[in-house]
Formats: sequence, C-alpha cells, structure tokens
Amino acid sequence: MKLYCLSGHPTLPCNVLKFKSTTIMLDCGLDTTSVLQFLPLPLVHSPRLSKLPGWVSKDGTINLEKKELLDLSTIDVILISNYHCMMALPYITEHTGFTGTVYATEPTLQIGRLLMEELVNFMERVPKAQSATCWKYKEIQRLLPGPLKDAVEVSTWKRCYSMQDVNSALSKVQLVGYSQKVELFGAVQVTPLSSGYSLGSSNWIIQSHYEKVSYVSGSSLLTTHPQPMDQSSLKNSDVLILTGLTQMPTANPDGMLGDFCSNLAMTIRAGGNVLVPCYSSGVIYDLLECLYQFIENANLGSTPFYFISPVANSSLEFSQIFAEWLCHNKQSKVYLPEPPFPHAELIQTNKLKHYPSIHGDFSSEFRQPCVVFTGHPSLRFGDVVHFMELWGKSSLNTIIFTEPDFSYLDALAPYQPLAMKCVYCPIDTRLNFHQVSKLLKEVQPLHVVCPEQYTQPPPAQSHRSDLMLELQPPPMPYRRCSVLGLPFRRRWERIQLLPEVGPVATHLSDLQWGKKVFSQPPIVQVLPLKKMREACNCHHRYTSTMTDKMRKKNPINHIVGFLMNLFANYCGK
Amino acid sequence: MPEIKVTPLGAGQDVGRSCILVSIGGKNIMLDCGMHMGFNDDRRFPDFSYITQQGRLTEFLDCVIISHFHLDHCGALPYMSEMVGYDGPIYMTHPTKAICPILLEDFRKITVDKKGETNFFTSQMIKDCMKKVVPLNLHQTVQVDDELEIKAYYAGHVLGAAMVQIKVGSESVVYTGDYNMTPDRHLGAAWIDKCRPDILISESTYATTIRDSKRCRERDFLKKVHETVERGGKVLIPVFALGRAQELCILLETFWERMNMKAPIYFSTGLTEKANHYYKLFITWTNQKIRKTFVQRNMFEFKHIKAFDRSYADNPGPMVVFATPGMLHAGQSLQIFKKWAGNEKNMIIMPGYCVQGTIGHKILNGQKKLEMENRQTLEVKLQVEYMSFSAHADAKGIMQLIRMAEPRNMLLVHGEAKKMEFLKDKIEQEFTINCFMPANGETTTVITNPSVPVDISLNLLKREMALGGPLPDPKKPRTMHGTLIMKDNSLRLVSPEQALKELGLNEHQLRFTCRVQYRKTEFTIFIVLFDLLLKKCYTIQHLPDGTVMVESIVIKVSSSAEEPNTKVLLLSWSYQDEDLGSFLSTLLKKGLPSGLSSM
Repeated sequence: MKLYCLSGHPTLPCNVLKFKSTTIMLDCGLDTTSVLQFLPLPLVHSPRLSKLPGWVSKDGTINLEKKELLDLSTIDVILISNYHCMMALPYITEHTGFTGTVYATEPTLQIGRLLMEELVNFMERVPKAQSATCWKYKEIQRLLPGPLKDAVEVSTWKRCYSMQDVNSALSKVQLVGYSQKVELFGAVQVTPLSSGYSLGSSNWIIQSHYEKVSYVSGSSLLTTHPQPMDQSSLKNSDVLILTGLTQMPTANPDGMLGDFCSNLAMTIRAGGNVLVPCYSSGVIYDLLECLYQFIENANLGSTPFYFISPVANSSLEFSQIFAEWLCHNKQSKVYLPEPPFPHAELIQTNKLKHYPSIHGDFSSEFRQPCVVFTGHPSLRFGDVVHFMELWGKSSLNTIIFTEPDFSYLDALAPYQPLAMKCVYCPIDTRLNFHQVSKLLKEVQPLHVVCPEQYTQPPPAQSHRSDLMLELQPPPMPYRRCSVLGLPFRRRWERIQLLPEVGPVATHLSDLQWGKKVFSQPPIVQVLPLKKMREACNCHHRYTSTMTDKMRKKNPINHIVGFLMNLFANYCGK
Repeated sequence: MPEIKVTPLGAGQDVGRSCILVSIGGKNIMLDCGMHMGFNDDRRFPDFSYITQQGRLTEFLDCVIISHFHLDHCGALPYMSEMVGYDGPIYMTHPTKAICPILLEDFRKITVDKKGETNFFTSQMIKDCMKKVVPLNLHQTVQVDDELEIKAYYAGHVLGAAMVQIKVGSESVVYTGDYNMTPDRHLGAAWIDKCRPDILISESTYATTIRDSKRCRERDFLKKVHETVERGGKVLIPVFALGRAQELCILLETFWERMNMKAPIYFSTGLTEKANHYYKLFITWTNQKIRKTFVQRNMFEFKHIKAFDRSYADNPGPMVVFATPGMLHAGQSLQIFKKWAGNEKNMIIMPGYCVQGTIGHKILNGQKKLEMENRQTLEVKLQVEYMSFSAHADAKGIMQLIRMAEPRNMLLVHGEAKKMEFLKDKIEQEFTINCFMPANGETTTVITNPSVPVDISLNLLKREMALGGPLPDPKKPRTMHGTLIMKDNSLRLVSPEQALKELGLNEHQLRFTCRVQYRKTEFTIFIVLFDLLLKKCYTIQHLPDGTVMVESIVIKVSSSAEEPNTKVLLLSWSYQDEDLGSFLSTLLKKGLPSGLSSM
C-alpha cells in the first residue's frame, strides 16, 4: 500500500492511495495562493493600477500543484471531502484520460459547482487583451522577486478552466450519503462520514475486511451549522491520514466572531462602510446568522447588507434545502416548517440584498453606509477589487478579513498606501492541535500520516511546541511529491463459501480404520460442509449447544478443526 | 436451515393498515404501522396481539420502519408505541418525520373532536411517539445493532417515500412501501440497485393495470376541468394535503397561466401553505427538473391557487376546489361533496385509489344513492370521474423493479387478492421465482441459503492462485486445498501445514499397499505391455533400485523366496492418490487378458 502526495499544502490536500490494486485519489484542492504575487484584475479600468511600474497584471493563470508522479488516467476513484477541496477537479478529470468515478455528497457537489462557476465567471468577465508568458522563462524567472523566483515548474501552470470543463467534470460525480457503504470493484469499501466542517463535508473510511484507512480532512468539533462530526466510526484504523487542521491555531473562532461584530458596528456608527472579502458559501452563513442576532441589539436595523457574487442567490437558496446535512437545531426548524437559516428572514425584511455583480440593479439601489460581502478573499479578482478602489482612500471605512486562506498583508500590498482601516479576524473552525490530539487519543489509530508542517511548530512561533502533533509512535510526515509506503501487512482475506459446491467428506469415525491410526485424542473431525453449516446457526456462528458439546469433549483445547478436501469457490484478487 | 418469515398484520391481500412483520436472522422488524380508512372500529388498526397477548412490544421488535407519511402506512404508530407500548427505534426519512405528525394530529382531530370517539391517542402521545423516531437518509447504511443494518432507497410516490433494504449477514429483504416507477411533475422515479434480496416485498395496488402514458391522463384531466368550468360548473377534487395535490396544482397552475383562465382555484385547509413549504424545504426529494430550476423559480409558489374558506362553497359561478381528505370519508371534502352532489353541472374528479367502505369507493362504483348518517339519503347527480393519478407502480413498473433488484423470492402485499393472483402468475412465469401473497396473519417462510464468510490466509490464496496461471477467471470455479479452522466465532481457511501447526497435531500419512503375484514368464510380457499402456497417460520413472514410479505411486518388484517362479509386485500409494492407486491395483490384479497370457 502506497501513498503518493501531490500537494504540499496541508489544507488543500491531494493524495493518491494505492490499496489492493485500486487507485484512490483523496481530494484535489487548488492552491491559489500564488495569485498574491500578481496584480488584481480590476472590473473597471483603473488608471492607478495600470500606471504601476513593473509588470502586467495576472492573466488568469492558476498554479496547479501536480507533478507527474503518476499517470492521472490510472486513477479509479476520487473521493472529495468538502467543496473547498475539489476546485482542481476539472484539471484532473478533463483532458487527462481519466475514466473513473468521483464520489461526493450532494451539498459538496452543488456548492462546489457554485464556487467553480464563480471562479470561472470572475476570470471570464475581465478578458485580458494579452497574457504574459515571457516571465516563465528560466532566465527571467530567476530575476523575479519573492516566491515567484523559487516557484517550480511555472511552465506547467495552467489557465483557469472553462464552464464546459466544470460541467463535464461534475457529470462524473456520483452522489453518496453519510455512512453509505460504497463497494469499489469488490475489493475495497469506502464510506463518507460527517466531518462537521461545512455543508456535506466528509471524512472517508477506506477499508477491506482486515485493513482500515481513515482519511480525515477539514473536520470541526465546533457547533456551527453542519451536522456534527462522526468520531466513533474512525476507531480501530490501521492508518489515519490527517490533513486540513486549522490554519489559525492561535485564533479562537468565537472571539473572532465577537471582534468581527464589534468592529462592524463601530465603523457603521461612525458612518463608514464595511467590506468583508469572503467565499460565497461556508462561514458567511454563520456570519449572517451572527449578524441577525447582533443587528437588533446593536441598533443597526436600518443598515443595508449586500452580498455580491454571481452565485449569491444560489448559495443562499441552496443552504436552505440541505436539512439532512445540518445540525440538529437547524434540522428541527425544518420540521415546523421554517427555513433552517435566519438569512431567509433577513432577505424577506430587505435587510440583506444579494446581487450577481456591481453592475445592473446594484448600482442604482446601493446606499451608504453599508456592509458588503463579496469575493474573492485574495483581493485579486472579483467584485472586491472594485470596492477596494472605491473605499480604500477613506479612513472611515473598514475591511474585515474573515477567511484564513490568504495572508492579509500580502493581499493588501497592491492597494497601498491605504487609508482604510484593516481588521483581521480569521475564522477557521477546523480542528486545532489540542482537539486533534484528544481525538487521536480516542480513536487510537495504529499509525498517523500527516503533512510535515504539522510535525513542527509554525516557523513564526518556533517556541510553541503545543502547535504541533506529538504522538507515539511519531506521525509519518509527508511533503509534496513524497511517496510513502504505509506500514501494512495484509495476512487475511475474506471469501464466501458456497455450501452447495462443497464435496461431502465423511465423518472420520465412519471409516473403519481402527484406533491405531489416531493415537492422539481425535479432535480433528471431517464434516460435510453442508452439515457444518447446519451446525452454525444462521448467523454463521456456533450454536451454543454445539460449543458446549465441544467443550465437554475436550476441555483444554476446544479448537475444532475441520479438515477436508475443500472446494472453495472464490474469485477476485 | 436459516429462514426468513414474513407475516402481514395488515395489507395482506388488502389495501390499508399496512403492517408487515419480518423475522430475519433472529431479528424482528415491523414494516409500516398504518390504519385502515374503511373501518371505524377495532379493525382500523393492525392486530398487535399477534405479537404478544400482553405487555409491551419492545422486547419482541428490534426496530420499526415507516416507509412514508400516508396514514395507511403510519396511522397506527402512536397507538402502537404509546398505547400498546414500544420504546425501540422507529426509522423514517426526514420529510416523513416532518410531515407524519401533522397528518396524525389531523387524523386525531377528525376522529376525536368531530366524531367524539374516546380511547384514542392524544396529541401528547403523538409527540412522545415522534421522539422515538430516528431520521434516515437515502443510501445511508444504518446499523440498528451489530448485525442488523437498514438502507433506504428513493421510492417516488410522495415526498420522502422510501424503500428499505433490511440486511442481516448475507440475508436480506427489501420492502418497497408504495412506489412509482415513472417520474411525474414533482417527483422522480423509484430506483434500487441490483441488491439481490432473498425476498422483495412489493405493493401491488395496480397489479393488473398497465396505465397509458401520463401525458394522456393529464390532457384528459385538463380537458374535463376546462369543460366543466366553461359551462359554469364546479369541480371538486378530493386529495390528501400532500402528494398528488401538489402535482395537480402544478398542472392546473401552468394550464391557467397558459389559457389565461379566470375561474378561481382554491385549496382547502390551512395545511396547504404549510404543505407547500415542506416541498420547498425538501426540494432535494423532488424530481431533477424542479431541483435544477428552484433557484430561479420555485414550482411550489402558486399564483392562481388561493386558500379556501368554507363560505366559498355556496358562491355562484365556476370554481375548482382541492379539498381533503382524498377518499371522501370525512372532513371538508365530504362537506363540499354533500353541497354539490345534487347538481349535474358539477363534477367530482377522484385522482386516487379509494379504500373499500369509503364514500369515494361507493360513488366510483356507480352508486347513485348514498346513505348518510341520521338515515338520510343523498342523491348523486354530479358527474363522477376517476383518474388514476396516484403514484403507484403499475404491473409494468412492478416487473421493472423485479428486474432491477433481482430478488430470489417475491412477496405481494397492499393490493386486492384477485389482482394479486394475476400478477403472481405473471411473475412466476416471467422470472421463475416463487411469489407469495399471504393474507393477514398468515406467515410465509422462505428458506435461505446464505454463504459462509470465511477468512482465508493471504499466503494460501497467493499459493493457490500461483498454481492456476496468472489471472483467476471469475467465471470458472477452481479447486483449492485448505483446512477450515473454526475457533471462537471465526472461520479461517489456512494451508493444511499451518493448521496442523496451530492445532499442535502431527501429520498422519495414510498409505495403501497391496501385493500382486505373477508367474515369471507372464510377468515379463506383462510389464512391457503395462509400460507401453501407461506411458501414454502418465509419467513413469524408473529409479536405479528397480522401483517404478507411476506419478507418485510406488511399484516395487521382488522375487518370492518360497516360490522362485513367481514375482511379487508391491504397490503403495498415499490417500491423496487413492483414485489412481486403486485404478492401478485393480488393473494389476485382474491380470492379463487370457489371450495374451497364452502367448
């Protein structure tokens, strides 16, 4: 059994597991942090940005962290754990000869589709007249600043996929429900489990009759909107692959939410606007729910909230129809019947309005001061670029970062100098080191595999030895492009005996061979397979009477062996 | 032998009060717990005394599964759990869990508040009963206990309807509840994988009907409504608040929009709005088209359909009214019917099945005079139309499901005996499987033949595979040699050597030996011929000490001390070579054919 690690990003994993001749890809996250090295894609022509010396702004190229470690067409299945971890799917399933199946839950598929649609839309609505490629030459790249200089294989970076690719990729998705047992080729069984991180997010169990691998990716123990994490099913794993821990191990999500609300209220009261760069699904639901309770108390009832994204409406609508995937509290609301999320009421009372983009209705209905939720959190593309240009010059306004995926200082760099206030409240509900060590103590896997980043304290806080995994035996670290042999010794396999085809051997005592043949106590018996099965009851177990009889006969050694010429019908690997 | 027992307490050769007991692998499961619309006495509920004469049912049942929210499938649930007594888990899907208590409360109100019955379950009992419900998601494998697992499949029929697979070890039963094999305007078609259950328990409401295409029926329906409204008549459509009602509403709504019609459409009872809300929230359970477009336009927000008030029934002019309940056995639909029955301009359209004993059933059978309470008679002058919109599988659909699931046995419930008989013959003919149709209280026993799961040592498997070429052919069974060890609760298949080692046994060699005597002359000729004969079929080795090996059978030649003219052949073979050994020994003993020996 081998694990090929295609991504070094701990929260956007992409690993391939080879197990019993099946090749299983675990997630395919798209690392977009490289966009921070590029200039934003403005919606309207910006004289300031275009006058900046240096280079041409980014051309929609996205870094694809895939190396030719293995042939993508040999992948049998792809298991998706949550919608953030599937953004690279079209790169893998399209134009690569991939013929397998993708497994994901329904919310993961639907919201994943929305996020991809949004990304494609962001890229396509600002077509670039020319795209820069010269910088990719080795000689030029060498001269570039910062991380770009050291980026590997920039020539393999690909352009953003098209909507056609997205549709084709998603048509390969087969929907699964939590705890559904999916058989792969009769060799392996995979099962998604609730991971508590986002709508439909799942951890996966990959097991045969004797081996069990758990894949834990982006899990949360906090009570937000999704169904709570299923921990007990992770027990007794031989190997546990651990990815997607919190990126903000020192920030407490509840505290951050408090900061978020108070900063928002302060700015509005002072007459400023609040900009919240965020993804169109996920934490935004919790932010809106928190604001729903907060605005009444804080007397912000008249402040308009805007949610601008090509998929804003869909995201808000979809969140309401996945009752089965929500926490108990929200589920019971549906029984009343009421919408599970309070943003339905915010929309009904006109406190929250959503628009596909800043063009169209929004420009005429827009009132200040207001709160705007919009993407993309990297501040490099999407409607947020426009608001940065619009509000950046006034110190009354505030930008509040809630997504932890991008460094906010890097994100702001091209907009400097900035008069606007910046508040950093990253909300990352994924497991922290304390929670994960408690979890591992409980489920007790034999071996843990994790990204190497988790085996040492973060570089900026090298003295914090609590911000790393300390386990016995120590976890097996992986980095991008490593290939790990997992410590497995397969010794047993499960087969099914068909009683009908078994030959009838005779009971030994029926053969008149005399006592001399067996000088030992005759604890070995030959039974016809049919009789033996009768002896077992329908649970394929001993009947109690049978066990008792055997015990009486031979109190010390109650092992009963059935020796026989055995015809076993078997097939498989 | 292991067996599965199925006993219907209700819905055995009947429609109504569905309740089926299944015993499988030592587990007892109750499938559905419904009430009968046609009765107002004890026969209304299934006879739970079959399970136990006294005391609670908890210790006799491992779980209860409800397939969907129709009262003939869940109406007796509070009675069973709270009045007879059952504290174990009750499984149903989320939409069923949401809607079922509302219908139960409605049912309770009609029976207790309107008809004044006592000794009936209370609102509190419904609430307590619902606390025992465990929600079930589609395709999720729910482990009821260590051995019993259940899995739900989409069944169409109504919002949240499910088929369930019940599995213990390698034995399984699938119960369909009510299902629909053709997608309609708001729901999808039932689907199940090739799970090859030991028994498929299927409803058979429309066992003999093969219904024409849905489009025709819809056109027919719209034409009739249109004509009646045009001539100023009133149309009454008795429906259940959830299910068909929504489908017909979508149908009329689009028709009204297209034809620019003005006549009002009403929907009775406060349930409607609530019901439509459920459809909006459980949109994932509707069909593909609605699911895809719900963000742009939610099909369950109706513009033309308004809430009904009791006083509207006397309004002049045409109107269309959807009223509950669907079989005209009580409530608002019955009240409106009484008011409108006398006018031949009006029309009543029954869009679904009516249980025997209900007024709906009577008028569908052409009865023109109805006896009402207080010895009054009611003359039926209005036009009565029956249009099967209820989403049950027809004969074609049932056969289709059998093809999908490939069951080993078939069991029909939820249908009329005569029709079942017909379908039973058809199934037995086409699929050559047994088909049962037990009556209520009658037990069907099916003997199963589960395979025995055995753990095989990987070493042995690899060794045996290496013997038979590079790749095993799954279509060809092959012989393998191993030892089965039964220890504690496991069966393991290991190589004989390992088994002996584990059991601390010495290997015993069984050898058969025999002696054959010949005269010297005879012997020489014989041995040459023998050699010639056998060379064709077997490998023969001559060892330096004069021993001959035919495969692994040892043949030794020695001269007898007493009789110098004779030679003695000693044969020896092990138990494993018994076949060849005994063949050779008989051949040698028979001696030479007489013709040869005289030479």
